[in-house]
Amino acid sequence: MTAAKKVQIATVAPKVHVSLGAVDKEFAQPGRPGEIVHALGPVDLDLRQGEFFAVVGPSGCGKSTLLELVAGLSTATRGEVAFEGRPIHGRIPDGIGVVFQEDASFPWLSVHDNIAFGLRRMKIDRAERERRIGVALDMMGLSAFARSFPAQLSGGMRQRVCIARTLVTEPRLILLDEPFGALDQQTRLLMGDEVLNLWRKTGATVLLITHSLDEAALLADRIGVMSARPGRLIDIVETGWPRDRDSRIAQEEAFGAITARLWRLLRGESLKAMGKVGGET
Amino acid sequence: MKRATLWRIGLLAAAVAGLEILCLAGAIDRLTMQPPHRMAVDLVRLLAGGALNAAILKTLGNAALAVVIAMVVGVAAAVALHRLPSFRRLLDPLFATYYAVPMFAFYPLLVVLFGLGDTPQIFIGAMLAVVAVIVNTLNGLDRIPKVLLKTARVNRLSPWETAVRITLPCAAPYILGAAKLAVAYALIGIIGAEFIMSTSGMGYEISYAYTNFDNATMYPLIILILAVSIAVNTLLARWERALMVRRGLA
Ligand SMILES: Nc1ncnc2c1ncn2[C@@H]1O[C@H](COP(=O)(O)OP(=O)(O)OP(=O)(O)O)[C@@H](O)[C@H]1O
Ligand SMILES: [Mg+2]
Repeated sequence: MTAAKKVQIATVAPKVHVSLGAVDKEFAQPGRPGEIVHALGPVDLDLRQGEFFAVVGPSGCGKSTLLELVAGLSTATRGEVAFEGRPIHGRIPDGIGVVFQEDASFPWLSVHDNIAFGLRRMKIDRAERERRIGVALDMMGLSAFARSFPAQLSGGMRQRVCIARTLVTEPRLILLDEPFGALDQQTRLLMGDEVLNLWRKTGATVLLITHSLDEAALLADRIGVMSARPGRLIDIVETGWPRDRDSRIAQEEAFGAITARLWRLLRGESLKAMGKVGGET
Repeated sequence: MKRATLWRIGLLAAAVAGLEILCLAGAIDRLTMQPPHRMAVDLVRLLAGGALNAAILKTLGNAALAVVIAMVVGVAAAVALHRLPSFRRLLDPLFATYYAVPMFAFYPLLVVLFGLGDTPQIFIGAMLAVVAVIVNTLNGLDRIPKVLLKTARVNRLSPWETAVRITLPCAAPYILGAAKLAVAYALIGIIGAEFIMSTSGMGYEISYAYTNFDNATMYPLIILILAVSIAVNTLLARWERALMVRRGLA
């Protein structure tokens, strides 16, 4: 493809950054040959370049599975996942940052060195590295703990270390799996604003998985609502928020309408996921 | 200092004092054992005299070499086996029964293979130590949380970088535990080998002194070995503890 043609394509319509085409994921059950768990799919989804996309769904519906497929950490049983136009076949592309659901801080490194981890591998000089770490520490409210070790922090603080470690490398695609799970409601809101800030500044695409309907309604441009396992997208809700928004939009009328709609969509699925009979609306 | 430490020191002092009294009172005759203060004096004289310094240096040097070999080979083997589970399953029975095999039975064979120099001694010390290093390191590697390995993958670390930056630092307390065992096994292997078939080294000197009823040489050497082994172990244990404290595990 010639350079001119590439530019032309880039200027047409919003670019697709990540695409999932009829993706299914099944897991074999160790020790029980022949039995498989259908965890996810089929899912068709395009994430647009630079959008903030949230995923909500009942526990165990395959949200983390979806995230691992996009990250290239696991391969789809069927279908294809592509990042920046190139299919991911279990080979992890450059430019993706992940914050996992579990605590992934390195217990042998100080908070400062944890955050420096990804930066050390990038070709940036020391001064710039320290500057970015300083900004990240400040943003996550961890400045006073730069020399502490993860074991001396609370669960929520450790989670913030992991968020900072991922964000400082300024990935083009940021995957967040319940990143605020261990935080209180107030801190959640503030962290959400910080992530929005960074999203605006870097133009990254964000995929956020969350339990919280409020959080999804507050942060995202679009919200994918997933069914009980095997998770499929049952609807995609457009929030229509302006790009320069923050947590204050929670006071707007539209916010209430969005969360109400999400809950209507999810109530039946959540009951199903709990093994109870699903209600219709 | 902690209470337990004080008690430990107290008990040790009491035991030494008891031994001293029994020896001085003649309940233990001098041909069997010297009074402890005598051993201490003999040890100082021995070291100051310098006649056995070559033997001491040889043994400790060889032991250090055996420890280094066992650690490098053992840790590398553990990292490799951790990545190759099927190969690891293949070797598991060997590790499980390894210490049931009396290694010293092979010593004559090693002499045939490597000659009468230091090589068979270092070899047997390293052989004794290496499996303890592999087993302990694997134990540590098994405990690395999966999510840390996933983090390594999304950061696109090569296998080498993953080992150096994630798996080995994460397993460091277990590797230090392995080092403690390696020191003990290497000393056993090397001094044992010197006992059996050698014409130099601390093991040989102890055995020589023993056959000549030379308690003024035998006991100081035994004490020196004890002291070195305990000192190295204590240092490693300290280090291990510091790591554990940092991780909130101690
Ligand atoms: N490695 C695996 N092996 C077997 N089954 C798995 C594996 N990982 C996930 N599963 C199954 O896939 C399903 C989806 O799991 P997943 O972790 O994606 O759910 P989730 O939506 O992230 O749930 P939660 O909201 O509780 O985090 C679950 O039923 C789980 O049992
Ligand atoms: Mg999950």
